[in-house]
Amino acid sequence: MSRFRCEICEYVYDEELGAPREGFPAGTVWADVPDDWACPDCGVREKIDFEEISA
Amino acid sequence: MTSAVGGEAEQQEVTWRDGKRYAWLLGLVIPMAPFLAWGFVSATGLGLFWWTGPIFVFLLIPLIDVVIGTDAENPPDDLIEWLEQDRYYRWITYLYLPVQYVSLVVACWLWTTHPMSVADKIGLAITVGIVAGFGINTAHELGHKKDQMERWLSKIALAQAAYGHFFIEHNRGHHVRVATPEDPASSRFGETFWGFLPRSVAGSLKSGWSLEKTRLGRLGKGPWSLRNDVVNAWLMTVVLFAALAVAFGPSVLPYLLIQAVFGFSLLEAVNYLEHYGLMRQKEPKGRYERPAPRHSWNSNNVCTNVFLYHLQRHSDHHANPTRRYQALRHFEQAPQLPAGYASMIVCAYFPPVWRRVMDKRVLAHYSGDVTLANINPRNRNRVLARHGGTA
Repeated sequence: MSRFRCEICEYVYDEELGAPREGFPAGTVWADVPDDWACPDCGVREKIDFEEISA
Repeated sequence: MTSAVGGEAEQQEVTWRDGKRYAWLLGLVIPMAPFLAWGFVSATGLGLFWWTGPIFVFLLIPLIDVVIGTDAENPPDDLIEWLEQDRYYRWITYLYLPVQYVSLVVACWLWTTHPMSVADKIGLAITVGIVAGFGINTAHELGHKKDQMERWLSKIALAQAAYGHFFIEHNRGHHVRVATPEDPASSRFGETFWGFLPRSVAGSLKSGWSLEKTRLGRLGKGPWSLRNDVVNAWLMTVVLFAALAVAFGPSVLPYLLIQAVFGFSLLEAVNYLEHYGLMRQKEPKGRYERPAPRHSWNSNNVCTNVFLYHLQRHSDHHANPTRRYQALRHFEQAPQLPAGYASMIVCAYFPPVWRRVMDKRVLAHYSGDVTLANINPRNRNRVLARHGGTA
């Protein structure tokens, strides 16, 4: 399971936790998140700008 | 006094004092406007003072802006995080809410029990509308935060202006599409405020609804649910207005409507001037370039900045939307308005004045190339003919 961080506001999408409020239940892999999904905290950057956090 | 030691990595002592620390408390004068109006009317017998709110915002603040001038001071980079952590600042924004709602209840009491002419009552409704409009600004500051309680307070602050969908649309719609033709809340070159107002109100509502519909659709749910943040935020307004109508009688409803419409129109006037004509260009792959300081109009007028929680340092806000107001910075490369937002709202109400003041600034920003601006498609040809662009 991987984690991805918004480069602007430090929001982290963790595949293990998903983002249930956003409609991505725990375990939703990053590939299943749509490309145009914007950071839920800052809205400045979209999925494709997130950076993978190395374990 | 506020001072701190920063730059620990370099073991270098930096002492900095926030010159505006206590000035931020003045923001609480706005929600007290209905009380001040009542006090001034009682003291002088002049009904004109029911209009204290607009007199203060459209006359006094612009005058004080001229007298006090501007301030481009930024907190040192090392201290920004520390400054954001100081809870004193956020408590000032929380305090806006109780004062705002006590004012609203007192206004309802005045409308129904105080001897007032209809003109007086409308004057008070506009003063209360000023509180509602600045309440959206407070809601804006709170709604950008990650803290769940602050997000709740944001929705509560929006209830008075009946603008609950702003909570969703602003953060998830406007910030994503700012300074593009797709954003209803970014005004276009050649568009008057009166043309922008209905477009932004209707477009934001539609967009906020569709954002929540999409989100709930992913959860396998329909949009008509209390989990829809647009629905639950609007319900707060319904409950609030219904409670006031039950407590004071249905005769308060027209005035509640006036204050709400005036309140959100004030917010839309601010929306109008924040990005007028500015445009993010498309990159070769078809995506818009990232929002940068050049995509927002800024102002460093101290007085307006104090009453709007640094909203005029708008470029930094778009670069770092979750950053708290006290830590927002002035950027040299950001386009600057010739006056504070309060004065510019008055300009926006008079389109010929607005065009005279602003159109040349948009052109100068794009070094004369009007085709780089976000041009209103409705009068695109006229704009191009007047300003020498082709295509």
